[in-house]
Amino acid sequence: MEITDALMRRLEVLAGFELSPEEREALRDDLARILSYFQKLQELDTEGVPPFEPLPGVRNVFREDKPRDSLPQHEALKNAPRRDDGYFVVPRVFGEP
Amino acid sequence: MRTVIGLEIHVQLATETKLFCSCSANYFAAPPNTLTCPVCLGMPGALPVLNRRAVELALRVALALGAEVQEISRFDRKNYFYPDLPKGYQITQRDFPLAVGGTLAFRVDGEEHTVRIREMHIEEDAGKLIHTEDGALVDMNRCGVPLIEIVTEPDIHSPREAKEFLRALRTLLRHLRVSNADMEKGELRCDANISVSRDGELGTKTEIKNLNSFRAVERALGAEDERQRELLARGAVVEQVTFGWDERAGRLILQRTKEEAHDYRYFPEPDLVPLVVTREWLERVRAKMPELPWVREERFVREYGLSPKDAGVLIEEPMRADYFEEVVRACGSAQEAAGWVLSEILRYWKGDSPPLSAEALGELIRAVQSGKISRTNAKETLEEAISSGRNPMELVSEKGLSLLADEAELRRVAEEVVAENPKAVEDFRAGKKQAIGFLVGQAMRKTGGRADAKKLSRIFLEILGSN
Repeated sequence: MEITDALMRRLEVLAGFELSPEEREALRDDLARILSYFQKLQELDTEGVPPFEPLPGVRNVFREDKPRDSLPQHEALKNAPRRDDGYFVVPRVFGEP
Repeated sequence: MRTVIGLEIHVQLATETKLFCSCSANYFAAPPNTLTCPVCLGMPGALPVLNRRAVELALRVALALGAEVQEISRFDRKNYFYPDLPKGYQITQRDFPLAVGGTLAFRVDGEEHTVRIREMHIEEDAGKLIHTEDGALVDMNRCGVPLIEIVTEPDIHSPREAKEFLRALRTLLRHLRVSNADMEKGELRCDANISVSRDGELGTKTEIKNLNSFRAVERALGAEDERQRELLARGAVVEQVTFGWDERAGRLILQRTKEEAHDYRYFPEPDLVPLVVTREWLERVRAKMPELPWVREERFVREYGLSPKDAGVLIEEPMRADYFEEVVRACGSAQEAAGWVLSEILRYWKGDSPPLSAEALGELIRAVQSGKISRTNAKETLEEAISSGRNPMELVSEKGLSLLADEAELRRVAEEVVAENPKAVEDFRAGKKQAIGFLVGQAMRKTGGRADAKKLSRIFLEILGSN
């Protein structure tokens, strides 16, 4: 699969990265190699193989609906680069998710 | 041209804790970022564990809608960047949702409609943003609160129908005690897809997101319906776009075009095991289901002899229906209870609890029925009791509103009236029987409305007949 400039830019947007031209070129080669491994993997016949399960056979792990103490506000905000009056502060956002 | 609407509805489940962690889900009025933990803040290495209660509440909804609960459902990650989503993905169910199919019936101006449900799944809510000039303030208290998303088939054909469908759904959710489903508080939120089809083939659909009131649902869909019809009428093309709705300005706001559509890169959530709902579990949930609103409505008609219309108004809110039944028990008459609740109590019922206790209303109704107080005075007393917060029967005795039942006293008043109104007496004797009504009216005035009109009428007849 060809890793076009358009695809690179799209992946950057989806990953939330902005790459320098040098980084972009290096990553383009890495991606091409990674994709070729997966192309190889796709040759395998997976007919009848069940889909991936993180813990095969484990089902229904639940919590009871009982509240426990949350983090104190200052703890929750401790790693935030910006905070104000109990809130995390992030740069202005435009549009909706 | 025909309008085709489908809805995606998000409902917050009334659990004590969040969907995947033990933080309290009662975030309303909590100071910002006081209900968080490593799980809902998306700290590296924190692992989600599913809230059993959330699943059970979701199952109630699935059963009530007649949906087919899937024996195995799974969770997926929906990936996108937005500051209200600290993990960078939302845990939802896409490929294997909790339930598929089902229907919800509702009425619009007495006409019954049925909307099919496509699927229903469990997912987590995001945090809240407050936009300011300088940046956005983020509160993660809501992040991770359990939601169900209900997706309908495109079976709705007008903005009004969409609104009534949502109302019926809210009534159901409240009766099921799964959510307060208050749109103002964001406990019930709605996205809508709408297209206008020409010649029976489906048109291009647009989406309107975040409709936060019944009024917004009807108005926003009305505006978009009109816009699409106008485009089609002049041969133009409807573009596949997403709108928001500005309720204050009453207009649609373009959010994104087809080219900007998201790529959520869903994949199976590796931190959660599959959810298996056994038949036994489902039956246990079914056994504990509250009475469904349409079953209750039907019972009100059958058991209490109410009209379907009155029964319908009473079941709109479960609290209202409960109150009605308490009043029936307190006064012993369903007809009286329905009449008083519908025509009096509802006028004063503003908040979360009834304006007067069922016992107090029942006592007042019994006093009217036993002839102890006139209906008119009872209604006035009710109003005063509600505004002062006092017991109505106390007011009755304090103000001397009890009906004059004393025969001798009534006779004394009647004789006075006869003496003062020779003209009416003459009319009566000349054969104008309706003159009695005038005399009764005069006696009522003298007694401040406290006299028993039936008794008075008999006494007048006796006096005039004996002369």
